[in-house]
This record gives sequence, C-alpha cells and structure tokens, in this order.
Amino acid sequence: MTEPSRWSSSAALRLREHPTGTTAGAEAKDPSPAPVAVATGPVTTPSGWTEVCPLERVQPERAVAALVAGEPVAVVRTHDDRIFALHNLDPFSGASVLSRGIVGDVGGTPVIASPIFKQHFALADGRCLEDADVAVATYPVRVVEGVVQVGHA
Amino acid sequence: MTAEPRTRSAAEPDRSARTVVVVGHGMVGHRFVESLRRRDTDGAYRVVLLAEESRPAYDRVALSSYLGKASEEELALADEDFLADDLVDLHLDDRAVDVDRSARVVTTAGGRRVPYDELVLATGSVPFVPPVPGRELDDVFVYRTLDDLDALRSATEAATARAGAGRHAGVVVGGGLLGLEAADALRTLGLVPHVVEMAPRLMPVQVDEGGGALLRRLVGDLGLRVHTGVSTSEIRRDHRGGLTVFLSDGTELDASVVVFSAGIRPADALARDIGLPVAERGGVLVDGRCRTQDEHVWAIGEVAAVDGKTYGLVAPGYAMAEVVADRLTGGGSRFTEADMSTKLKLLGVDVASFGDAHATAGGALEVRLDDPVAGTYSKLVVTDDGRTLLGGVLVGDASNYETLRGFLGEALPGDPMALIAPAGEGAVGVGIDALPDGAQICSCNAVTKGALVEAIASGEASTVPELKACTRAGTTCGSCVPTLGKVLASCGVEVSTALCEHFTQSRAELYEIVMATGLTTFSQIVGEYGTGRGCDVCKPAVASMLATLAGGHVLDGEQAVLQDTNDHFLANMQRNGTYSIVPRLPGGEVSGEGLIVIGEIARDFGLYTKITGGQRIDMFGARVEQLPAIWRRLVDAGFESGHAYGKALRTVKSCVGTDWCRYGVQDSVSLAVALELRYRGLRSPHKLKSGVSGCARECAEARSKDFGVIATEHGWNLYVGGNGGFTPRHAELIASDLDTTTLVRTIDRFLMFYVRTADRLQRTAPWIEGLEGGLDHLREVIMEDSLGICPSLDEQMARHVSSYADEWAAVLDDPEKLARFTSFVNAPGTPDPSVEFVDHRGHRVPAGMRDGQPTEVPELGFGPRVIAGPRLPVHDSASRSPEEVGV
Repeated sequence: MTEPSRWSSSAALRLREHPTGTTAGAEAKDPSPAPVAVATGPVTTPSGWTEVCPLERVQPERAVAALVAGEPVAVVRTHDDRIFALHNLDPFSGASVLSRGIVGDVGGTPVIASPIFKQHFALADGRCLEDADVAVATYPVRVVEGVVQVGHA
Repeated sequence: MTAEPRTRSAAEPDRSARTVVVVGHGMVGHRFVESLRRRDTDGAYRVVLLAEESRPAYDRVALSSYLGKASEEELALADEDFLADDLVDLHLDDRAVDVDRSARVVTTAGGRRVPYDELVLATGSVPFVPPVPGRELDDVFVYRTLDDLDALRSATEAATARAGAGRHAGVVVGGGLLGLEAADALRTLGLVPHVVEMAPRLMPVQVDEGGGALLRRLVGDLGLRVHTGVSTSEIRRDHRGGLTVFLSDGTELDASVVVFSAGIRPADALARDIGLPVAERGGVLVDGRCRTQDEHVWAIGEVAAVDGKTYGLVAPGYAMAEVVADRLTGGGSRFTEADMSTKLKLLGVDVASFGDAHATAGGALEVRLDDPVAGTYSKLVVTDDGRTLLGGVLVGDASNYETLRGFLGEALPGDPMALIAPAGEGAVGVGIDALPDGAQICSCNAVTKGALVEAIASGEASTVPELKACTRAGTTCGSCVPTLGKVLASCGVEVSTALCEHFTQSRAELYEIVMATGLTTFSQIVGEYGTGRGCDVCKPAVASMLATLAGGHVLDGEQAVLQDTNDHFLANMQRNGTYSIVPRLPGGEVSGEGLIVIGEIARDFGLYTKITGGQRIDMFGARVEQLPAIWRRLVDAGFESGHAYGKALRTVKSCVGTDWCRYGVQDSVSLAVALELRYRGLRSPHKLKSGVSGCARECAEARSKDFGVIATEHGWNLYVGGNGGFTPRHAELIASDLDTTTLVRTIDRFLMFYVRTADRLQRTAPWIEGLEGGLDHLREVIMEDSLGICPSLDEQMARHVSSYADEWAAVLDDPEKLARFTSFVNAPGTPDPSVEFVDHRGHRVPAGMRDGQPTEVPELGFGPRVIAGPRLPVHDSASRSPEEVGV
C-alpha cells in the first residue's frame, strides 16, 4: 500500500488543500494534460474536514461513497494514486450513484462514468464531458496519516 | 411454414381498393406482389394470389440445396409480414383454370371466382421432356419444384433399399445449367450422376468450347460421368426393377432414377385458352410495358415473351415484375434489354458468362487465357479495336465476374489480356474505382454502382447490411455482397473497428491477443497493446474476455475495477440507484417452497416483484447494502445467481413439455434446464437468451432467441441469431433433427465462436450477418470444422462448464468482496437518503424523477440541462453563484 507521503505531494491533492493557492508549480508537475485550475465552486478554505476511511478501503480506479456534512460524496482513487472527491449525485438521473461508475480516462483526462447513462465527469473539476453546461461539485480532499479526509464548508 | 390456404374471404377488403389477381406464386410473382405493396403506400390495390403449388413462393434458384442442408423454410421467400398482410390474399393449391376477360373474373380449379381489375400472369414455365420412349415410367422425374425433389428423394431411397448396398447411378438428361444442378442433387442423394447432353459440350448456352472442356474436366474430377454429343433413345424397366437408359451411341446405363432437365417451355396454356396471342416459340406476347393485347392483363417472368423473346433467368423476371408494379402505381417504366449474365457455383466449380459470350457481333475479337494446370479458363469478347468489352466466359475462377461485367459496353481501362491474367504476373487488375456509375453490381435487382454510391453519399448506408436494406442489392443470390464492401471502401467509408480510444484493435482481435498471450490483467493488456488507462467501454469488454479465458471470480483482484456497476454489485441498477435481483429459475421451473422464499424476501425487504419475459422473478428496489442479506437468504434456500446483471447467458425459456402437454414430442423442459445449467455464467459480448419448444407449436418462442431449439419427431432443430428488442429478428435454422449430444456440441461451438469473434455489444444476429459467408459459413465452421478450431472451442466450453461456481455464494463467503456493499463508507448504518419510494397502483416504486409522480426534486433529471436545487449541488457553470453550491 502506498505511503501517505506520496499522497500529499500529488498535484491534485495539493490543489484541493489550497484551492486559492497558485497552481503554476502544480501544473508543471501534474502528469495529466487536463486543466488543473479547477472550478471547485466557492473559493473558501474548508471550515472542516470529514474523515472518510482508511486509504486502502478505496481500490485504485474505483470509488467509494461517503457522507460529508450530510451530502453524498464520491471519493475516487486513480491508478497513479491521486484522490478526488465529487458530489455523488448523477445530475442526469438524479440518483446518488457516481461512486459506482467506472474510472478511466477520455483523451487523457481522468474521468468517472455515470453508471446510469454513461456520461463522463472529469475528476479534477467535475465538468461533464458530454454537456458543457453541466458539472458536479468537487471537494477538497487530503490524506492524513493514511486516512482520507474530505473538506466541507 | 406450410401455411394453410388463407381463408380470409372477400368479406374484409376495402371497397374502394382495386383488385390485382396474380396467377402463380413463384419467384417472379412473389417479387411483383412485394414490389406493388411497397410502392402502393395508400393501399389502393388489394392482391389475390392464386398458387398452383401447396407452398408459398420459394427460392427455386437454390433448389438443389434443398437436398443438402437447406430446409424448406430457408428457401421460403414469403416472410411472416407478407403472409400477414391484410391486403394480400394467398390461395395455395388452387390453380387458375379460366378467365372471363369481358367480365374480368378468374375461375380456379377449386371453383373460386375472383373478379379483378388487373390480371398478372406469372405462371412461369414447365420442364420440357423430349418424346423419349419410357419417359412415363415410374422413377423418371423432372426438376422444377420442391415436390419433384421430395419424390426424387423417396424414389432414390426406395431404389437403394431395394437393390441393397453399393453405389447406384442416376441419369440426368440435359447438360445445361439446370442439368448440372440436378446432377449435383443426385450426388447429394448418394448416386453416381451421369449427364447426357446432345450438344458437344456442357452448358452450351453459357460457355464456349474452351470453357466447356475445362468444365467437363473439373466436374469429372468431382465424380460426374459426362456424355456429350449423344441423345437419349429409350428408357426401359430392367428385370431387377431398375431402369436402363439407352443412348444414341449404343451406350446402356443402369440407373435407379432418371431426371429430365432438357430445358423449359413457357407455361402459357391458360393464356392460349383465353385467346391471348402467344409468340412463335411459346410465351404470352407482351410489349415493353409487359402488357398483353388485353389492357387489363399483364405477363411477367418466364411465361412472358417481351417483344417475342422469352427469358429463362430470374433477373429479367424480376425486372418485369418491377415494371408492372411501377405501371400499376402510375409509373412509366419499360422493360428494356435484359442482362443474361450468369454466375454460379456448380458442384464447387465457378462458372460465369456475360454479355456476348459467343462473339456473335461482327468483327468481335476473343482474348483467351486457358490454364489447365490452375484449372481456370477466361475469355473476353472485345470490339475489333480491342477497347470495348462485349462479353466473356469464366470457368474455374469467376472472382473477376462482377468487375468485368461492370465494364460491359464500356471502354476498358487497359489491355484485355491484363484483365484476366493471374494476379502477380503484371496483372493490372480492375478496381471498383474504375467502374462507370452505370455498371450493374447486382444483376438480380438491377442495382448500379451509381445507385450504391448515392446511397452511401446521402448517408443512408454506411455498412453492407444498410446498403442491402436500402438498395436491395445482394438480397437475392448474394453473389455481389463482397463487391458491396468494395464499393463502400472505394467511397472512403471505413468503419473503424477499434474498440475505443484506448485500443485500436477490434474486440475479436483483442480477444485473440489475450488468448494467445495468456495475459490476465487489464493493466498488462492496456500497457502492452493499448494506450491510457481505459474507460467504461474497454474495461468491461476486457473483463468479459478475461472471464472466459482466465476464469476466476468476476470480482477477484483487479478484475473487480473493470466491471460495470451491474457486474460490480452482481445486481441490476435501476434509475434511482437501487438494484433488482433475479435468482436463477432454470427452465422457468420453481417449487412452491421456492416461491414462498422469494415472497418472504420481497415482503421483508419491501421489494417490488415482477415476472420477467424469460420466466423468472425480478425483485426491485434493494439498496446496495441490502444485497448481501437478501442473497444470504436466497442462497440458503438453494437459489443461485441468475446473471441478469451480466452480458452473459440469461435464461433458457421452455414450454410446458412432454410432462404435461398433449402435443409435445420431446422433453423440452429437461433440455432447457440442462442447457441453462451448462451455460450459466458464460460471459459474452452481449446478453444471450435461449428457448426450447417441445413441438412445432413453438410456445417457448425459441425463434426469438439467440439460440433456440424446437423439437421434431426425430430430434431437435437448432435456430440461431434471433432476438427481440429494438430490431426484432427471427432465428434461422442452422441444423435439423439433431440428437441431443450433437445439439449440445453444436451450441457449445456456436457460443464460443460468438464469444471469441463478435464485437462488443453485438447480438448474435448482426454477428452472423457480418460473417463473410453468413449462416453457411457459420455452419461450416461449427459443424464441419472448416477452420480447424472446433477442438479448441470444445475445450474452452468444457473448461467453462467444469469451473462454474455461483458468484453470489462466493461473495457471501468473502469479507473483502462483501465490503463494497455499503451505503456510505463512513456511515454504513445510514441508508442513501435520496432513495425514496411511493405507492403506485398498490406497488412500491421509486419516488419522483419521472412521469409526474410525487417528487421531492421536481425538475431534476428530465432534460439535458440541469439546474441547481436545494438538495442538488449541481451547478450551471455559466451562471454560477456561491450560494448555489451546497458545500
């Protein structure tokens, strides 16, 4: 199992920890060609962090559902051990199911596919690749001492 | 489908409709009615078809295949839509015997009187039997109808039984196209065929001397005894009960049966009786409109003499059928010159003839290439300047036929010799590109290259099946189907077979790679043969391949992450994120005790229950964390996974069977149960459904399944390639009267060949259609092992059968696999609050979201554009404001 230190150095992870911070350095290190200057909604520092589960509970290239401040959240782990958090509600069906989709990439952009109608949502910013007008919310996420935490307002 | 004569009488027809009476339901009569019904979109005509034979129209061109593997059903031309058409009344076994042209009424042998507005004669032709003494003896036949073939078959069997073991001979009088077909039929029946032809060569109409010589040699190699330049003097019954045929050169042949196939004559007796003018050599005289002297009487096909000339091929007959259908619906088309080109495979030997094959035009030159070693003969007939193609003969190899025929009457792109030279020796070859637009690609249906190109350019067709559907090209004899593919390619239509952006290979190619390399993980496969990290297209596809190649549980290790949500949770996700559960009920059988268990589970978990189309019970509305508890109870009661969630075998539906049914002839339920247990869990490119019916009444609807079995008196008939759904298809007969062992072995191979070579999400019907050679090819592969892969297919299926284990029982015993069945990883006791149910018709169904049901989030999920709501932290990026995001 991967050590926590590797997590905290991940570009995606740092972005989530410091949504207001500069992304220049992060972009340079990010192996993904996807834009990492993400729209995570309100640019605020999380007021709290919710512990979700030990990292090893999330299988690489799969997601788990968690309850964060009353909201269902999909916590996704990619093959290169980056972690993302998106709202779990599939906007096209209204079902709380994104965490049960298949994780992969479309044109190099890491995505999760809705298991209902198969639209793809970019892990980095929640936008739907099939419909530019639709996006799901994303959340700050970090791993502290082997435990995944999701930030909330 | 030996349909009964249809008895819907004159009670129903629309009074305003005009009546067309068609005399004769052969290939041309059938084509006429099909064409008329297609053109007559307003239903202005009602059609009454009077057929002499006891069967609806069938493919007479493929007659000889009837004695081999083709069934009557396969040869049938009239499909169920046709037979069910309210505007078509078909009367079988009721020949028209008289017509009162002034009153416009047809009288039939059965005494039926049918008034008409328009009368179409499509009586075809009758075999010509020369006045040979003895032609009236028993065991002497003609070769025209399925009844003739049935009689020929039983006479052969009787003669063989009478005379005991050893090979017996049969004599065919006539060495033309039909005579060779008949000889092939005799060979199929196990006789040594002798062919007697008066002309100095076989097929004198189609081929020249050089081609005839080669043809004689090639069919001789196949066991035909050919006698040319002689006639038949007499046939006598010998003292042992057989026949002796005396030839004009003194030869005497002992034979069990004799078949006359010495040409045909137009069946114009009715026309003569009612005073219509006929041509000098027979045939009803018609003009270019195919109209007789009587403006309400038309004639088409072999009975018609257009401007005095009759045609004995199906393609000109079809053209006439189209002309009359067009005329009756207000068109102005005319029958012009007919294409008398012929291409056929006789006893495996290619023979083709086109245009002016005998160089009768003044100054015509012949270019010949005779290769006795390769067994090919080619001749082109060109104008005296060598530039324009007039005709040709090909024997032994006719692969250039479609292309060459396209150049008829056109300037050749090069030296004529280069066109027929074998490939690789400076041959230029002729590409589709060089063909003029007017070149006819499908001669049966008169479809030109231009028409095909237009269908492609307009976007109507981008695949061979689409091209067939919208132009009808390749739908009759099928010989031009490979050319259709070339036309598509020449138009730049390249249908990518790549699985997805991560794999350039097709599913079949990737399957072969995985099979050959023995790779067992997606990471290895995508790393070595693909790019990126995969997606929701290639991952489940590879998971399916690994399931049939590597085996193991579908949720083992990395395989688990590849699975679609249904396979990942071993249940079917419904629109509100809950799942449905289908335990296996093999063959649709369930005990009262089993029903009680299912009922108690449904009651205790509040599940909505529904009977499925596949004779099972589906329980809806289980939340993900409830699945293990539900399955614990099901497994404890002896149920196992029904794989309703997988691209896998679903059910084998069965009828009531011989245990109960008064009509069943075989034990369909036992077979259905055995098949379902044999193939349960088999992962495949798409779902697989099956059915077994215990008699021809077909109560299990087996022909709407991927593989369907119907009992016969002697065993089982196997049908493949059926489905319901978006494009319903009837399964086609692949083999008849199989014993159970052969049946199961054939299904084993069918399924494994499908698993290996189909595209992702391709049901069996389009898969078979896409195979080059279609159903015949499939039959050769799985029944005759033409590819030499059957041992490997058998072995792979044996491995599947022996390694099967219930997926749900395995999950219940594995804490690691069970861990995924949780609502929230950090709040496993909290059910998903978004899942709510309401009462609908007294049942429990998901709340909200559709159909005006009570809903908590009214505008959610209907349209493509989603707006934010208080409970739905989804935002429209164009008008986003901080308050809208619910974090």
